[in-house]
Amino acid sequence: MKSDSNLEKVLAGGHFAVTGELGPPRGANLEAVKEKAAHLVNMVDAVNVTDNQTAVVRMASWAVSLTIKEMGLEPNYQMVCRDRNRLAMQSDILGAAALGINTMLCLSGDHPSFGDHPQAANVHDIDSIQQLAMIKGMRDDGRFLGGDEIDTPPRMFVGAAANPFGDPFELRVLRLGKKVAAGADFIQTQCIYNLERFAEYMRQAHDMGLTEKTKVLAGVTPLKSGGMAKYMAKRVPGMDVPDDVVKRIASQPKEKQAEEGIKLLCEQIEQLKEMPGVAGIHLMAIEWEHKVPEIVERAGLLPRPKA
Amino acid sequence: MITATRKPMEEILKSVEPFSKILLLGCNECVTVCHAGGRKEVALLGAALRLGRLQKGLPMEVEELTLERQCDPEYVEELSRTIDQYDAVCSMACGCGVQTIAERYPSMPVMPMVNTAFMGASESHGVWAERCAGCGDCVLGYTGGICPVARCSKRIFNGPCGGSTKGKCEISNDVDCAWQLIWDRLKELGQTELYSKLMEPKDWRTARDGGPRRIVREDMAL
Repeated sequence: MKSDSNLEKVLAGGHFAVTGELGPPRGANLEAVKEKAAHLVNMVDAVNVTDNQTAVVRMASWAVSLTIKEMGLEPNYQMVCRDRNRLAMQSDILGAAALGINTMLCLSGDHPSFGDHPQAANVHDIDSIQQLAMIKGMRDDGRFLGGDEIDTPPRMFVGAAANPFGDPFELRVLRLGKKVAAGADFIQTQCIYNLERFAEYMRQAHDMGLTEKTKVLAGVTPLKSGGMAKYMAKRVPGMDVPDDVVKRIASQPKEKQAEEGIKLLCEQIEQLKEMPGVAGIHLMAIEWEHKVPEIVERAGLLPRPKA
Repeated sequence: MITATRKPMEEILKSVEPFSKILLLGCNECVTVCHAGGRKEVALLGAALRLGRLQKGLPMEVEELTLERQCDPEYVEELSRTIDQYDAVCSMACGCGVQTIAERYPSMPVMPMVNTAFMGASESHGVWAERCAGCGDCVLGYTGGICPVARCSKRIFNGPCGGSTKGKCEISNDVDCAWQLIWDRLKELGQTELYSKLMEPKDWRTARDGGPRRIVREDMAL
């Protein structure tokens, strides 16, 4: 094993993995974190803790990661390239590893123009693929990016995100290949609603031998309403929500839309379980953490394997 | 070229408030090409300044002059015999020109009349776009002649990020995705194999991150 990550153990055991997501609060309110996290205990194998997502300031990802670790969850500590140079990244990684964080996700980060500090400097000292290679090098070679030896290397299970639907489509699998070459132990994808197109992506990834070298967790998000479906379809960059999906949710009466969203999600999860190369799902129930137990139960994903 | 845009009139008028006689100084290089601070713009701003001050009941004498190159001590020297008659120099050159004046004439206030923007090229009539970030270590040979540092909003070396949509950047539909352009050009050139190479973390010392930069050519020292 490369790490003490529960996610690594679950994937190595050949189980269909389930990861969740938790967004830190916009204040020093740890109770809010604990309340959200409580819904996820025993429901998922790891929980992504976002890092200033959408370029909006929130409580530090490492702090929330440690908090939920104490509650028995396995944090997947997210780190974006937008806010830290290579020095800050490496020192945070050492601190996280020393305090028991075993899993990390490398990301570019949304551009500051989307967030609450559009005036902010945009760091991007290294990109997310270079970050991945850096963490792998710290772990496997015991060396900092600068070349010096590390006293006690961080044992991190390290992953990356992938968007199968960004443009240009033909580069998506090639870029996934670069992430795998850089050392991605696992991949979590952007939310998938177009299963057909995703299957094509996975087929290409499989043909390139990538699914043997990394574990791909398909990203899924329940659509809470017709409004949300339309918003995801039109406003979120790099998102592919087919018209029939939007129609299916929006055509229901308002009070039944959320239920229809969960039904659709469970059907998608069934398809994903059968899709070659898919090693699990990454369930992003945005501000809907309390629904996670119901979703994983109905999707037949319980009980989660014991570490 | 170095591009610039004229400062708003209100800001300019406020900056010259203390003065009653100024030298409005253009530059015949980049700012002429991008229509921000050449002879023509000097004449336009000169007229606007005189009028603006007249309207305030505080007339100001504005002498107009455009140097061949304001960032070159040789041309800036031309001012030495006449500069004392002014309260200030109002420079329409880029920041390099303004500072060359300031360095040569320590007791003369120099006010910038333009905002220096970026190193760019003309895309079409009246449109200039950023092309070079002056990072000091050019990678254009590997990226199909399109710069990921200057043209990717996240200066990603192994792009494109997930936000690339229909050839556009996630920040705006008005911004092309640099990595879409890079990929298209690599295909055109038959060099797609360059994409699969993992581009290593950049040494930013050659960029501004290494501190203010200088080029010293000993072979040219007099």
